Amino acid sequence: MTGRWLGLVLALVALAALPAWMPGTYYVNVSSQILIYAVFALGINVLAGYGGLVSLGHAGLFGIACYAVAVSLAAGAGHLAAILVGLAVTLLGTAVFAALSLRTTGIGFLMITLALGQILWGLAYRWIGVTNGDNGLTVASRPAPFGFSLETATAFYYATLLTFLLGVLAMAVFANSPFGASLAGTRDQPRRMTALGYNVWMIRFYACMFSGLLSGIAGILFVYYNQFISPQSLSLTASAEVVLMVIAGGTGTLMGPIVGAALVVVMKNVASAYIERWNFLLGAIFVAIVIFMPEGLVPGTVRLLRWAMRSLAGKAVPAGGDGGR
Amino acid sequence: MNLTVVLAINSVTLGGLLFLLSAGFSLIFGLMRIPNLTHGSLFMLGAYLGATFVIWFKLDFWLAATLSALLVALFGGIVERFLLRQLAGQQQAQVLVTLGIAFMIADVCLMVWTGDPIAVETPQWLVGTTNLLGVVFPVYRLAVILIAVAIAVVLWLLLERTRLGAMIRAGVDDPEMARVVGIRVSRLFTVVFCLGAALAGFAGVIGAPILSVYPGLDFDMLPLALVIVILGGTGSLLGSFLGSFIVGFIYNFGQALLPELAYFVLFLPMLLMLLLRPQGLFGRHVP
Repeated sequence: MTGRWLGLVLALVALAALPAWMPGTYYVNVSSQILIYAVFALGINVLAGYGGLVSLGHAGLFGIACYAVAVSLAAGAGHLAAILVGLAVTLLGTAVFAALSLRTTGIGFLMITLALGQILWGLAYRWIGVTNGDNGLTVASRPAPFGFSLETATAFYYATLLTFLLGVLAMAVFANSPFGASLAGTRDQPRRMTALGYNVWMIRFYACMFSGLLSGIAGILFVYYNQFISPQSLSLTASAEVVLMVIAGGTGTLMGPIVGAALVVVMKNVASAYIERWNFLLGAIFVAIVIFMPEGLVPGTVRLLRWAMRSLAGKAVPAGGDGGR
Repeated sequence: MNLTVVLAINSVTLGGLLFLLSAGFSLIFGLMRIPNLTHGSLFMLGAYLGATFVIWFKLDFWLAATLSALLVALFGGIVERFLLRQLAGQQQAQVLVTLGIAFMIADVCLMVWTGDPIAVETPQWLVGTTNLLGVVFPVYRLAVILIAVAIAVVLWLLLERTRLGAMIRAGVDDPEMARVVGIRVSRLFTVVFCLGAALAGFAGVIGAPILSVYPGLDFDMLPLALVIVILGGTGSLLGSFLGSFIVGFIYNFGQALLPELAYFVLFLPMLLMLLLRPQGLFGRHVP
């Protein structure tokens, strides 16, 4: 346990000092991107990991937040008002999204969320009067909370880091709360949960709202980070990318989505510097992970490490002896 | 000729094409219980292959369409046999794998055929218009509608009048029971997947003179197939036939009358159906 705390402190120190040891602005920006997507992935993981509900439409919720902020700012609102509008509109959108998609679970849920995501993408693409269509909307400036301007890469990184840490804290509290446990219960044994007197639908609805809130926060960070939003950010590819982050890292774990986000963002940046075939790589990794390492990289690696430690300690335990769960 | 008539003709033609796309999608969904998210990609792959055969190899249009259908069927068979089969019983994982493959196909097509749209010419003897019941009708569109109806009849006969069809219907209704009575359901998976892929590939080629071939065609077509199958019900041929024409009309009239909300209008009936009758018009089970 002490080793874990030590690791946590080291990680925090490394993250806090990151702009000092990173070689340049570009890397600080990539780090901000990783943290933004990690918040988004945490949001997807609430549903995919703890609720067993894989959504292929969350980029739509993320996009609602982006467009709400951009449109409010364009209409002359201040940053605080725009952010509040962004959160409110996202939560409202999520409530409708959840009410429609939670009619079913499993494949049905996946398909309805895919369709809802496509509708939101279609609106962003076609509703030119509001969204400026394919050309997207620009955001002129970043906010300056309490007088600290976020215009520089480093300042923005710290704002993102703070939000990210709050998000991780919220997830840790959630995962260990009775609510988190009951959500996992609805995933594993919905009938028994109903028999025990839990309102399964309501638990899933609240989980959707929490997931939408995290996605919306990530969206607001994203629109301020890029100072631009276009329909591409709402596409099915965008939704699938985040689902890949969660699955790659390990669904239902706290660290999994964060590692997954780092992996995908780094690969995307590195890969696009050398090759143009990012989508092919994305698809190939998707297929490989789903088939060969369905539990994800974090639990998979933990399993391998445990096995290696035990082998070193002289106890011959076959690989996967504890199933990694 | 007024706008409504033109839109109606285009709607019926699109409906015919969509039937070829969605019939296979619906059967795969009914039998394997998964939406095959590569289906739009198979349509696009067929279209690109067909365009290549026609433009670069100077093959006859119908020969090119048949060849493309066979190649796409082969590809579908490989995907089913070597990837989806690994995940038998894990539907969620299978859907994610089909999505991953769809991204890979899209990128390979972009690499091979570049980002420029390819126009495929209408076969020579089908150029022009004909007068049908007082309406000027483009001959090629009429041909597409006739082909779609002919294939619909053949598929119906296959499903309702042959031993294979009876086995497929049994598999759709109750795969466990079908296995118990000695039907090799997993072999049916491969057969139906190949058949669906062939139809999608064929539809891609004969749709090419109308829609042209471009990157993004895959994810333009997939949502349409999804909407049709939700409307018509999974595993139902009649459902996807009716659903295709409904969607054909909604799509064309929506684009023309409410261009800003075209996508919204398209998905609205699907959402209503999911809320009011989740098994679809003729479906036998809820997805």
